[in-house]
Amino acid sequence: MMPESHDKDVDQAFHAILEEATRRRREFKESALPKIHIGMATCGIASGALETQSAFEAALAERGISALIHPMGCIGHCYAEPVVIVENPGFPPILYYKVTPGKARMIVKSYLEEGDPLFEYLLGAMEENELIPSVADFPRFNQEKRVVTEKCGLIDPEDIYDYIAEGGYAALAKALGQAPEQIIREIIDSGLRGRGGAGFPTGQKWVLAKKAGSAEKIVICNADEGDPGAYMDRTILESNPHQVLEGMALCAYAVGAREGIIYVRAEYPLAVKILTRAIAQAKELGFLGKNILGSPFDLEMELFQGSGAFVCGEETALIQSIEGNRGMPRHRPPYPVEKGLRGLPTVINNVKTFASIPAVLTRGASWYKNIGTEKSPGTAIFSVVGNVVHPGLVEVPTGVTLKTLILGICGGIPNKKRFKAVQIGGPSGGCLPEDFLATPIDFDSLTEAGAMMGSGGMVVMDEDTCMVDVALYFLDFTQKESCGKCTFCRIGTFHLLRILERITHGEGREGDLEQLEQLSVRIKEGSLCGLGKTAPNPVLTSLRYFREEYEAHIKEKRCPSCMCRALTAYYIDLEKCSRGCDACVGSCPVEAIFTTEDRKKAVDQTLCVKCGECMVACPVEYSAVKRVSPPHLAPVIERPQENQG
Amino acid sequence: MRESYGLQLEEKSMNDDPASEIEAIVQDVTGRLRDFEKEKGSLIPILQMIQQSHAYLPHEAIQLVADHLELAPCEVYGVATFYNQFRFHPPGKHPIKVCLGTACHVRGGGIILENFERKLGIKDGETTADKEFSIERVACVGCCALAPVAVVGEQVHGHMAPSKVEGLILGFEIDKQKKKREKDEHDAGIP
Repeated sequence: MMPESHDKDVDQAFHAILEEATRRRREFKESALPKIHIGMATCGIASGALETQSAFEAALAERGISALIHPMGCIGHCYAEPVVIVENPGFPPILYYKVTPGKARMIVKSYLEEGDPLFEYLLGAMEENELIPSVADFPRFNQEKRVVTEKCGLIDPEDIYDYIAEGGYAALAKALGQAPEQIIREIIDSGLRGRGGAGFPTGQKWVLAKKAGSAEKIVICNADEGDPGAYMDRTILESNPHQVLEGMALCAYAVGAREGIIYVRAEYPLAVKILTRAIAQAKELGFLGKNILGSPFDLEMELFQGSGAFVCGEETALIQSIEGNRGMPRHRPPYPVEKGLRGLPTVINNVKTFASIPAVLTRGASWYKNIGTEKSPGTAIFSVVGNVVHPGLVEVPTGVTLKTLILGICGGIPNKKRFKAVQIGGPSGGCLPEDFLATPIDFDSLTEAGAMMGSGGMVVMDEDTCMVDVALYFLDFTQKESCGKCTFCRIGTFHLLRILERITHGEGREGDLEQLEQLSVRIKEGSLCGLGKTAPNPVLTSLRYFREEYEAHIKEKRCPSCMCRALTAYYIDLEKCSRGCDACVGSCPVEAIFTTEDRKKAVDQTLCVKCGECMVACPVEYSAVKRVSPPHLAPVIERPQENQG
Repeated sequence: MRESYGLQLEEKSMNDDPASEIEAIVQDVTGRLRDFEKEKGSLIPILQMIQQSHAYLPHEAIQLVADHLELAPCEVYGVATFYNQFRFHPPGKHPIKVCLGTACHVRGGGIILENFERKLGIKDGETTADKEFSIERVACVGCCALAPVAVVGEQVHGHMAPSKVEGLILGFEIDKQKKKREKDEHDAGIP
């Protein structure tokens, strides 16, 4: 396909860049100075990484110590943010967690100056050694299999050389010497399935795009991560943007596209900033733009900021949005691979799919195929949040069970509570109860159980979570996000929401559950796009597995988890309340707590807004604040006359 | 609570004249529209540009955009109102965004929103009369491990609680009073 001479040019061009990257890396590695790597993705910054960085800088200056401060992306351990890795010559690299400015100063003083690694602040060493326990001993580290997020949190996302030194862009350089068909073949053989949720075989999509007869073709990266509670795409873009760019370039080369667009949420300002910079750097070194690495292949890359509409995750809606219209999906076929943006063949893949491509091509299809299960090979990335000890981003081979992931890797449920359910796949997914913990994580098993892989959001819920309320929450979301095109989705979700609202307010009626089920099935059948087709899933799965909770709400006007506020009351157990203690009074935002005649406290039910602050404020030794459902079970205590007003 | 905050209404400074403010926006937008091609595909980037510089989309700006792209203003509104990003009223000086993503919801984000609403006497989507605060609910800011989360201005506040809501607003009020006092003292200091 490609003349020999280009191969040589490409090789030479890449070799020169690689040499420069290796030289810079060597210089950094061999420097005798201590190195401080600080996690600077959005979650790190939200936890105070900027303050930590200034504290390090101030402490270093104060003590006259020289050290290299190296900002990096996110390693996915959100519970531990801000995360800092310190490399002090003579010691293995050490990972410190929750590094506050105070701890930062201590690390500089005790570790860098005096050589005491401060065992009480460290999580572990990054390498095996005899001195300090290694992080590899923790399930949170050793049970993960990192393919897509392998370099996340270990390289500087704003420095392209950091990525190249770790083997980046080698796959692209190699591919440019191969026939596009060969690359597509490799992707097909790897069995890679689209990570956007539906799991369509990526190679097959590319074949269709390759076949489409058009001189102009477009590649779009879908980074419109709208699922509330999922942030894998954001983390990848913020921590390793070049891996995504390389994946897109490989795809463009394989299918014959010369234009690339990254559709990223405007709500991710840091990702937008880092991507813009990454594109500029890649252009400068010749990985994007005209004549990539001296070959005849051109690729112009652009960024389009999505304006926050969940439905734009659907590919035809996304195209509408880029064209300047309301993001409303259209009927398929024709599929975007035949007729997409501006009527041109368009390949749309998710961030995680593109980020997998360089790894697949570098290590080969058979390597990738051997990870995980046969039908869904590779890894799955989840953002595990909610009531779990170690929330964060986890990448595991497919086929790992939910139990291993939630109770093992993520440390289980905090506060000695019981696991109740896990919500997988966001507003399109479902809630699975304890019985399903043995379910292996792959596209087909999760769909069979009623949930779906979806975008990868996973919210763990403990016994205090009301499943009706969770269903209501998701319906509220999808109802607002429904674009309004299909009647069943537009009006159906509205009615589902109204029924659920009634139930949680204690106004449920006989026959409501049947109506919920009927309506759900109709919405699924009568909607065009994935949003409507999956919107009733949270209702259907919670009805399937937690029907008795719905029944308690309707028949007994009781919320078994005491979460639905209309069906719950807070009261203070006078037996346990201590005279003279005022802890709850100050915590109440509406002054609903008063002093009884024998100088104990009680709740004025007419004022109480049921926020639960008093329960938190009440000292553990008394634990006098109680929650009951239905609310009439709370004892009625009259406010003494002189206290009124 | 509602009244206690309302008191500050009278303090509202009179130096920002809404008419001249709009005029400035119109002028700025007119200048920048030239950088955008006259095609429908520019619509969303243009709206984002206006909102980024002026924090909201005034009606006059929408009209300009419509003229530039040769669309009816209703078409521009049709697109702008479809997306959650765009707002049509100026936000407060301290815009408060309460995250109601799944993780925040499970951990009581709704209660946090309610507390802000009660404390400031406005509903979500509104701005206080003195233009100090505005409240907005957002779907997910992507800091789920810190749930419940509220973003005030640019700063993310994790692990929110009703008492923290009170503390935050009190902090701003004290700050404002302090600045006012300093200004008064400064003014008085100059003979």
